[in-house]
Amino acid sequence: MTTDIKSIYLDNNATTRCDPRVVEEMLPFFSEQFGNPSSIHSFGSQVGAKVREARAQVAALLGAEHDSEIVFTSGGTESDNAAILSALDLAPERREIITTAVEHPAILSLCDYLKKHKDYTIHIIPVDKQGRLDVAAYKAALSDRVAIASIMYANNETGTLFPVEGLAEMAKPYGILFHTDAVQAVGKVALDLKNSDIDMLSLSGHKLHAPKGIGALYLKRGTRFRPLIRGGHQERERRAGTENTTGIIGLGKACELALTYMEHENTEVARLRDKLEQGIISQVSHAFVTGDVRNRLPNTTNIAFEYIEGEAILLFLNRMGIAASSGSACTSGSLEPSHVLRAMQIPFTAAHSATRFSLSRETTEDEIDYVISHVPAIISRLRALSPYWDGDKPRADAFQPDYA
Amino acid sequence: MWNYTDKVKDYFFDPKNAGVIDNPDGVGEVGSISCGDALRLMIKVDPETMVITDAKFQTFGCGSAIASSSALTELVIGKTIDEAKKITNQDIADFLGGLPPEKMHCSVMGHEALLAAIANYTGEELAEDDHEEGALLCKCFGIDEGMVERAVRGNKLTSLEQLTAYTKAGGACKTCHEKLEEKLAEVNAEMVTEGMLTSAEAFTLGGAKPVAKAAPLIQISPLAAEAKKAQPVKPGMTNLQKIMIIQQAIEELRPHLQADGGDVELVDVDGDSVFVHLKGACSGCQMSSITLQGVQGALMEKLGRPVRVIPADARRLMDA
Repeated sequence: MTTDIKSIYLDNNATTRCDPRVVEEMLPFFSEQFGNPSSIHSFGSQVGAKVREARAQVAALLGAEHDSEIVFTSGGTESDNAAILSALDLAPERREIITTAVEHPAILSLCDYLKKHKDYTIHIIPVDKQGRLDVAAYKAALSDRVAIASIMYANNETGTLFPVEGLAEMAKPYGILFHTDAVQAVGKVALDLKNSDIDMLSLSGHKLHAPKGIGALYLKRGTRFRPLIRGGHQERERRAGTENTTGIIGLGKACELALTYMEHENTEVARLRDKLEQGIISQVSHAFVTGDVRNRLPNTTNIAFEYIEGEAILLFLNRMGIAASSGSACTSGSLEPSHVLRAMQIPFTAAHSATRFSLSRETTEDEIDYVISHVPAIISRLRALSPYWDGDKPRADAFQPDYA
Repeated sequence: MWNYTDKVKDYFFDPKNAGVIDNPDGVGEVGSISCGDALRLMIKVDPETMVITDAKFQTFGCGSAIASSSALTELVIGKTIDEAKKITNQDIADFLGGLPPEKMHCSVMGHEALLAAIANYTGEELAEDDHEEGALLCKCFGIDEGMVERAVRGNKLTSLEQLTAYTKAGGACKTCHEKLEEKLAEVNAEMVTEGMLTSAEAFTLGGAKPVAKAAPLIQISPLAAEAKKAQPVKPGMTNLQKIMIIQQAIEELRPHLQADGGDVELVDVDGDSVFVHLKGACSGCQMSSITLQGVQGALMEKLGRPVRVIPADARRLMDA
């Protein structure tokens, strides 16, 4: 076991390192080819050509039929807002929205706002204990009163995949627009949107080794759309504002790279993730993996360590040079653990300690070995402090504090 | 991640007095696994001198919960039971060089455990708990849903402005206004159902209401009740001494405010509520809530315990 402090980044579902090849691609477009792509002169037209190339690179990663189906935005949250608000605007007589209990706040907060302030009815489809969608409840919610169904492709906390292509197909007969927040899936899951019924899809650059502040909304040709941001004619009048050319070019390059790493992501990254998971679970008792382990992103594992608290785990991991994240209440400042784990009815003994390790194509075997060798000691150390733990097992006489 | 002080980190990574005392003389257990933090405090007491000779803890919780527990044991060891009773949650936070506002409940939990352990030793009944109630709505002033609800109900508050005057919630950075309005509307709607308000008086989201429609205010402020519950200042400090300290602190602050064309005057002290009058450039200034916050900070430093600084105008409203 080495004692030197390393720096191991296993929080790639939060954000990824911008690939140096992406940065290299972007650099000339800051101070050399800085033109506005709308301009007629040569400063602008060079940039315009590069933006077109980037659009094609994004379309290729998504398996989109037409490059023009890609609308560049500031990121996943903007794409999500644009998709939902456009759908509502287009069908004012439809007053219902379908979504899930485990969506990202970009969707849930917006739906909550629409419910409270615009009087929309929101169908929040529950999940089971493995985080799998209740498809029967989804089916029951479908009707011609629904304007849009927004169902995430893959969950950010557990990596669990939803069968969105089938769900999109189910929505179609009712004239419901189908949107998926695929921020975690793009670059990790092979997509073929031209052969799907998905109308809209959100992606975010910084989750796939592009910079922060750039993303895209896929808008299937023929899908009506009302822009969220009005002003100029950019993005075929679907998203006004001078293009974030460097971001767009970076995103294009990142999508090109993601396509070349797609197989690696689903073989090597998945192997390292499985090794990490098994390495930890086999050494630590009262620890279990949350989510649907047979059907999830290749890079994500979410492990609950019973009877201790997640922020404390993260602080110790951080001291060992390991970056991970937690669904614990204390890391977010809210008083409750993550809405995803609560929706999955993970018991409180475990929900507060769920720790997410999310790998990337840059993760190495050495790093995984290092983490496997350090996690058990951290867990033992915190359990030694816990009033719910006694030696090597939970306390037999239940700890019953005076008030809860 | 949180901006923890070095002392919090030290007491988390290397906690002092972690573990179990065999045959403890007093045990205090608070919190729950569902809340995300729980603490067992064990103490040894010398029956002759009533001095706490040893204290150990076991904690399930985040970094600051563990650090607060450890700090608590360091604070109580060597103190008599009577001295230990006077330790406040602020003392625990101060010992650690401060805690982030969202984490103040960790120090409260420590304080609760101490009271429980002492009660367990002396055989007294434990007073009702005052653990945080509901979500923290206003981070600047640490106002939770429970306090907002009490203030709104107790005073028939029907606007955000009144809510701020009564509780200070939303008076500084203003980012919590949406959440406060939602809570205000929710409580007002309940009050309408209960017949305490008419629906015309009630605050509703999105519906701007003329100020003149403000509900009649009853006499007792929830803050006065809160303040009365709190016990006198520093151990042994009389009311007169407390007022003199406050007066002196305010005199020291005045030159700073006068330099900006403003001024502040002490109007009254009621329990832990300090009523002041902002004058000159300070009155009506957009930043007056920040100024009050500054005055409050200075007073808390001098007194060594929390106080609330409230504009005298707000009190006139209460007494109206």
